[in-house]
Amino acid sequence: MTTTKSKVVYNPVFTDGAEFRIPTFKLLKQDGSLYKGAKAPELDKDKALRIYRAMVTTRILDERMLAAQRQGRLSFYMQCTGEEAAVIGSTAALDDADMIMAQYREQGALTYRGFSIDEFMNQLFGNELDYGKGRQMPVHYGSRKLNYMTISSPLATQIPQATGYAYGQKLAGEGHCTITYFGEGAASEGDFHAALNMAAVHRVPVIFLCRNNGYAISTPAAEQFAADGVAPRAYGYKMDVIRVDGNDILAVHEATKEARKLAVEHNRPVLIETMTYRLAAHSSSDDPSGYRSKDEEAVWREKDPILRMRLWLERKKWWSEDDEKQLQENMRREVLETMKRAQKRPPPALDTLVSDVYDEVPPGLAEQFDKLKAHIRRHPDEYPKTAEQAKGGA
Amino acid sequence: MTQMNMLQAINNALDTAMAANERVLCFGEDVGIFGGVFRATSNLQQKYGKARCFNTPLVEQGIVGFANGLAAQGSVPVAEIQFADYIFPAFDQIVNESAKFRYRSGSLFDVGGLTIRAPYGGGIAGGLYHSQSPEAYFAHTPGLKIVVPRNPHQAKGLLLGAIHDPNPTLFFEPKRLYRASVGEVPDEDYRLPLGEAEVIKEGTDITVLGWGAQMEVIEHAVERAEKEGISCEVIDLRTILPWDVETVAKSVLKTGRLVVTHEAPLTGGFAGEIAATIQERCFLYLESPIARVTGMDTPFPLVLEKEHLPNHLKVYEAIRSSVDF
Repeated sequence: MTTTKSKVVYNPVFTDGAEFRIPTFKLLKQDGSLYKGAKAPELDKDKALRIYRAMVTTRILDERMLAAQRQGRLSFYMQCTGEEAAVIGSTAALDDADMIMAQYREQGALTYRGFSIDEFMNQLFGNELDYGKGRQMPVHYGSRKLNYMTISSPLATQIPQATGYAYGQKLAGEGHCTITYFGEGAASEGDFHAALNMAAVHRVPVIFLCRNNGYAISTPAAEQFAADGVAPRAYGYKMDVIRVDGNDILAVHEATKEARKLAVEHNRPVLIETMTYRLAAHSSSDDPSGYRSKDEEAVWREKDPILRMRLWLERKKWWSEDDEKQLQENMRREVLETMKRAQKRPPPALDTLVSDVYDEVPPGLAEQFDKLKAHIRRHPDEYPKTAEQAKGGA
Repeated sequence: MTQMNMLQAINNALDTAMAANERVLCFGEDVGIFGGVFRATSNLQQKYGKARCFNTPLVEQGIVGFANGLAAQGSVPVAEIQFADYIFPAFDQIVNESAKFRYRSGSLFDVGGLTIRAPYGGGIAGGLYHSQSPEAYFAHTPGLKIVVPRNPHQAKGLLLGAIHDPNPTLFFEPKRLYRASVGEVPDEDYRLPLGEAEVIKEGTDITVLGWGAQMEVIEHAVERAEKEGISCEVIDLRTILPWDVETVAKSVLKTGRLVVTHEAPLTGGFAGEIAATIQERCFLYLESPIARVTGMDTPFPLVLEKEHLPNHLKVYEAIRSSVDF
C-alpha cells in the first residue's frame, strides 16, 4: 500500500524542490542590537551570563590547549572556535537533564553544564582521574552526571543512538529529550539518514543539530552536497526543520527552545541547521592554509559569536569591560593551574587495560593480563609507568 | 514443560522477558504485527503493544544504532536483523559502538542490555545471502558476546541468558533448526550461562566440537564412528566469544584428539582460533593434528550446497582419519 496522497497528472512533471527555500532565522546583529522587527527573546540575566561565561571559558580553554599541544604537552586537540553560539546556545535552551550526544567539537556544551576545568584536563592528559581511564584521545569527554554521552570518534554513529535514547525517554515519560550534534560532513553518513527517518516514523523526542561550519576537514560544503545545505532533507522525512544563524546566540537559543517544545510536548523530532564557520583548523593535526584563504577566514572572524553576544550584554548593561577583563584573567589562570596539576597526576592503573571490556574480565583475558605482568616484571626498565604495579600477581 | 520447535522456544523466551520487565523491547524489519519473516516475534505486539514491539524502517545500521541508544538509556532492546547475511550495514554500530561503549567511557555508560538476534547458517537453499555464518567477523571484537543455540531448550535458556547478560550479545539462530528441531522446553524463566561450553556426551578417544546446527551433524557422524568402536566426547561450545577454553582443553587433554566443525569458510574461521589455543594448551598430549571440518573458501553456493557444507560424512571422515593418524 502506498501512502502518497498526491494528485495525479497526465504529463511527466519533474520538480527540483526549488520552491522549498528554507530561510535563516536571525535576531542579533553583529553590533549587539536586534534586527528590526526581531522579537527580543526571553532570556534572563542569570542565564545570559551563564551562557556568556561558558562561551568565553570555551574559547580560552581552546586557545590555551592548542598552545599546549603546539608546545608538545598534549598529543592532540580540537577547537570549538567560531561555533560556541551554535553549541552553547542550543544546550542552554534544554533542561540540564536532557541527554547530549555530541560529535567531538561540542566542549562548549559541557562547559555550560558545569564540567570543571579539572575534569577537562584529566581527560586531555589521560591521567588517573580521567573518567575514560586514559583510553581515548584528547577531547573525547563524557559525563554521566551532566548527561553528556562519552564521545566516540566514528562520525555520525551517535545520531541513530540519539534516536534510540530519545525513544527510551519517550517511553519513560519523564518529559526529557535528547539533542545530538554533528557537522554537515557527518550528515552524509548513512547513520544520519537512518536516524532522521526512524525518528520521524516513531515520533521520537530528539533534536538533530547540524553545525554547518563550512568544512569537513578540507572538503567544503559545496563538495559535500549539491542541495541548499542539510536542512531541506527534513522534508523527505516529514520532519520539522529550522535554519538558524549559528553565530547568533539569541536565535540559536530561541530556535532550540521551540524545537524542544515540539520534541517533548508533541513527540516531533526537529532538525536544526546552524550556519556557522569553523574558525580553527579541523584539529591540531590540520592546516587550513592548504584549502582556504585568509580572506575567507577574516570575513568570518568579523562575525564572531562571542563578541556579538558581549555587545548585546553590554547594551543591556549586564556586562562591563571590567567584568570581561576579570573573567578572562581568571579563566586563563585557572586553565594554566589546572593544566599543571593534571599533567603531574599519574596515569591510570595497569589493570584499566583489561577492565570494562566486559562487566567482568573473562578468563582468557585474565590470562593474557597475567602474561603481560610477568613480561613487565622481566623488563621493568622498559615499562616505567607500570613496572611497580606489575609486581603483584602470578 | 511444553513441546516446542526452536522458533516457538525463541518466541517464548521473548514473551517471558517482556512479561518480566517492561523495559524489554523487540523491534526490527517486519517484527511487528506480522511477527517477523520467520514468526519469532509472533503475537508480541498484540500482547505488549506497539510501543514495545514494532517494525522499523529497512535500515540495519539504524536498527542497531537505535538499539545502542536505547540500551545506553537503560532499556533492554532485543533487535532483530532479518538475516545474519544483512548484518553488515550495522557492522560499524556493532564493532565500533556496542563493543566499545563501556570501555571507552570508563564504564560511565554501557549498552549491556543489548541483544541482537539474527537467523543464521545454511541448509535452507538460501544461496549466497540467506545462508552465511558470520560469527568469526564478530569474534575478533573484544566487548561482544556471541551465542549460538543448538535446540529449543538451549535457545530459550541462552536467549534469556543473553537478554539478562550485562554485555552486548549477538544471538545467532540456526534457521535450519527453526522448525526442524523440536523438544521439551520448560515454561518458566530459566537462564543458561554464557561463556560455558557443554559436554553433551563423554568419550575417551576423540573430542568433537561444534555449535548450533553443526551439533546435529556431529551427532550423526559420532553415531557412525562409535559403531566402529571410536569413543567420542562431544562438546557444544554454545558461546563463541568469550569462549570456554577450559572445558575444551580439559577434554582434549583426556582424548588427545580434536575435530572442530563449523559452516563458515575455513580461512579465518573460528575453528582456527580454537586449534591454535588448544595446540598451545595440549601440545604434548595431542595424538594427531587438530582437524577442521568447515564450509569451503567460497561464497555460499546454492545448488551445490550439500557439497559445500561440512556434513556428517565429512565430520565422520575427519574423526576416522584423526584416530587412524
